[in-house]
Amino acid sequence: MILLFIVFLPIAAALAILCGAPARRTALWGAGLTLAATLLAYLAFETGQRGFQFVTSCAVSSDWRINFTLGLDGLSLMMVLLTAVVTLAAIWFTGEIAQQEHAFYACLLFIAGGALGAFASLDLFFFYAFHELALIPTFLLIGIWGSGNRQTAAWKITIYLATGSFILLIGLIMLYRSVPEAARSFDFRELQKAASLGLIPADAQGNIYLVLLIGFGILVSLFPFHTWAPAAYASAPAPAAMLHAGVLKKFGLYGLLRLALPLLPEGAEQWSTLLLVLLLGNIIYVGLVTIAQKRLDWMLGYSSVMHMGYIFLGIASGTLLGTNGAAVLIFAHGVSIALLFGIAGEIRQRTGTLVLADLGGLGKVMPRAGLAFGLAAFASIGLPGFANFTGEVMVLFGTFRNGASPEGFNIYQIATVLALWGVVISAVYMLRAYRSVFMGAIRESWSGGTDLRRSLRVPIGILVAVSLWFGFFPQSFIRKVSPTFKSYFTTK
Amino acid sequence: MTISAPTLEIGVLVLGLFVLLVEAFAPRIEKRKLAFTAIFGLVAVLAASFFLAPAPVDVATTGFWDFYAADPLAIFFKRFALVTTILVLVMMIDYAPIVRQSIHGMTHQSGLGEFFALPIFTCVGLMWMASAVDFVMIFVSLELVTVSFYVLVSFTRRNPATLEAGVKYLILSALSTGFLVYGITWIFGVTGETNLARVTAVLANPAIETVPALFGMVLVLIALGFKIAAVPFQMWVPDVYQGAPTPVTAFLSVGSKAAGFVVLLRVLQPFFTLPQMERLLTVMALLTLIYGNLAALPQNNLKRLLAYSSIAHAGYLLIGVVSLAGEAISFYLVAYLLMTLLSFAVLIAVAKQTGDNIEDFNGLAKRSPFLAFAMLIAMASLAGVPFTAGFLGKFFIFDAALRHDQTTLIVVGVITVACGFYYYLKVVRAMYWEVSAIDTAVPVSGLSRLTMAAMIAGIIFLGVYPQPVLNALRPPISQPAVTAHP
Repeated sequence: MILLFIVFLPIAAALAILCGAPARRTALWGAGLTLAATLLAYLAFETGQRGFQFVTSCAVSSDWRINFTLGLDGLSLMMVLLTAVVTLAAIWFTGEIAQQEHAFYACLLFIAGGALGAFASLDLFFFYAFHELALIPTFLLIGIWGSGNRQTAAWKITIYLATGSFILLIGLIMLYRSVPEAARSFDFRELQKAASLGLIPADAQGNIYLVLLIGFGILVSLFPFHTWAPAAYASAPAPAAMLHAGVLKKFGLYGLLRLALPLLPEGAEQWSTLLLVLLLGNIIYVGLVTIAQKRLDWMLGYSSVMHMGYIFLGIASGTLLGTNGAAVLIFAHGVSIALLFGIAGEIRQRTGTLVLADLGGLGKVMPRAGLAFGLAAFASIGLPGFANFTGEVMVLFGTFRNGASPEGFNIYQIATVLALWGVVISAVYMLRAYRSVFMGAIRESWSGGTDLRRSLRVPIGILVAVSLWFGFFPQSFIRKVSPTFKSYFTTK
Repeated sequence: MTISAPTLEIGVLVLGLFVLLVEAFAPRIEKRKLAFTAIFGLVAVLAASFFLAPAPVDVATTGFWDFYAADPLAIFFKRFALVTTILVLVMMIDYAPIVRQSIHGMTHQSGLGEFFALPIFTCVGLMWMASAVDFVMIFVSLELVTVSFYVLVSFTRRNPATLEAGVKYLILSALSTGFLVYGITWIFGVTGETNLARVTAVLANPAIETVPALFGMVLVLIALGFKIAAVPFQMWVPDVYQGAPTPVTAFLSVGSKAAGFVVLLRVLQPFFTLPQMERLLTVMALLTLIYGNLAALPQNNLKRLLAYSSIAHAGYLLIGVVSLAGEAISFYLVAYLLMTLLSFAVLIAVAKQTGDNIEDFNGLAKRSPFLAFAMLIAMASLAGVPFTAGFLGKFFIFDAALRHDQTTLIVVGVITVACGFYYYLKVVRAMYWEVSAIDTAVPVSGLSRLTMAAMIAGIIFLGVYPQPVLNALRPPISQPAVTAHP
């Protein structure tokens, strides 16, 4: 029941806002209550148990064995928590909306509700459908309230994501069809049962995995399908970028962890080399592209694409340690990138530009923003103490360990060594960005600028605290997710 | 109380004649009353269709009624035709002032009576067609539909565009009818039968020569390709859709297309054992998908855009035909009915104030949030966003294609879906992003508002819960087993 509440509260709030409820207050209450309910679920969750908790279900189509089923295991619990935290922060960060304020908040809440529904669904059909709920709101958010080249950006993200999700849909139907008639179901638990009985033939797995990888890959901006992301995040209003880069984009990674690894282990092995090459494209190539960026918003957009590479590395690692690390990193990156986009939005509001060469010295007038941006930048680089560090270390160690032998390096180790350079790359661009935005001489016209609103200390505090908490106590995170992943690796 | 299936058609026919007679003998009557009578009568027939006597399981292949099937598919599409006609009549009431402008007559009402009466006869034709399992019957019912459309398409004949549409429709339709008759002749020549079940039986005989029968079938396919707007028989669609009075366009794009697909499903059954047929249909589906979607991309006129979109949807439906998925096609058509009629209903309301170009929709979200929302739902459903009926339609179609390993069709289908997102969202962009000079709300009558709300609810309901439609397509044999509870 609590899950129904968590998933439908944002959607109900959005509908209420569309029907004329006071926009900002309703949205804040909706997001706040969702977070409260999620924390309740977090506390009530029985750690260490396998299987799903809080399961609610109702039949939708008996012909297709589609049921509307919600449930949480450790992995989805953490994803739901991430969504609830980032949603509240994104809505809190929303400033004055010049036009159609109601629609703005409703769109944000629809995206949040879609993400929550996708993460909490145990049925593949609704897992897919909830994610798509965000498609049109994203289009509108970028189109109506975006900045810069918003037209192109809105079209690009919408068409990329629509294509990606239809490819994904084909993959999901293929998965559904690969199981013999009697065991066929859209229920994830049934599929897992079928997979553990070896009912998904190995030759079918390769094809399905490839289709799923491309579908999810487009949604996560896997190299070379990544070009929509920086453009969209640069143009989107800050709260939309926070939600999309922080939460919605993680849907594809979650899908790979949730579906591809346990159901298609042989497919994953078959395409591991391809995935390693592509993710190195994310880390090295996109990393270098990020360094070359001249605008803060584009830089952040590219950096979020680049960091996806590490999470993919964890997914490709084939070890429990690396997979756990991927989950930690999903969460950590979601929190840090949300904070970065939030601050960047605040800066844009004050200066009207995000060109790095024009900015400078803002630390003098916006010390609070400088501190928050610095913390988030450090987190994003992977400084010890933040959850990003934990995640990256686990991913790198986990990948390196796969098939390690004293004779020489295998492909996993080579990939790890190359990926390590990404840490240097991200330090370069983040620190350079920090220097050119907050240090140096300030322009006259901005010297009278104001710092962040006082009330923004709450969302910033929450985001930083969450990141530090799981950075210092990663075990509390891993204890939640590892029962899920353990079952993936015991069958081998 | 139970009724036999043909009673429904007879009921609608009597209703049509009644409306026509009232129109002729009571010239002073307010014509809107005729439309309301028609709507009321059709709703009554629709209600009656739920009290049908359960049809015998096997279609009788002998006796007088052997041209007539009352299987679940037929009943389903009879209801489909009725619902379409009712919704179209509601739109026609809204559209009446424009008809009045373009007909010069004695009174301000002249011409309107026929405008409301003709769709009823089209409806009868569509209902017969749903049941037709004999080539003669198919031909007759198809002609009934087409002839009434000749008049309807060119109804506002003082408008040159309409006149052009009428002439184009007349000539090309007559040509396609020629193909149909010629094809039927060939099939009859080979098999000596016109009844589909008996044609199947004859063709199963290995001694029979299949090539001439196949030739006949290709000719029939050309004629039906014209009805369903499949490439390369689509050239009439954009001009006719744009020129015809908007409610007629809506009727044409839903009713005529649905009937075409029902007939196609029935007619193809005997021939699907022949491998050439599948290849031919695959090529047709590919061409239709690519042409419809690509040609829709640059359109600026919404009616024309919807015309190309109707071609594109014929492509998806043809994927279903190639995969022999009757259920998927039926569901897709229901979704198509709701979303297309909804977009036409909004179009009629908006066009009265500004026009039917996409830029006439600029800023609609501020002027009339309800209409903009209705259009948003229609466009989202046409594009295939989940939680709308349009998405489930595509879902079922793609599933059927996967079952039959139609890889090429799936790849092209997915790419063209992405095109669809572009041109449907163009309308959304106009409504929500752009600003307009006008800021007065678009006037909408209460009845249209109600039907629009019903269609929105239907789109979302079927997008979440498709089971009612799937159940309606199933033979009712399983029902006694369920109800026979101790």
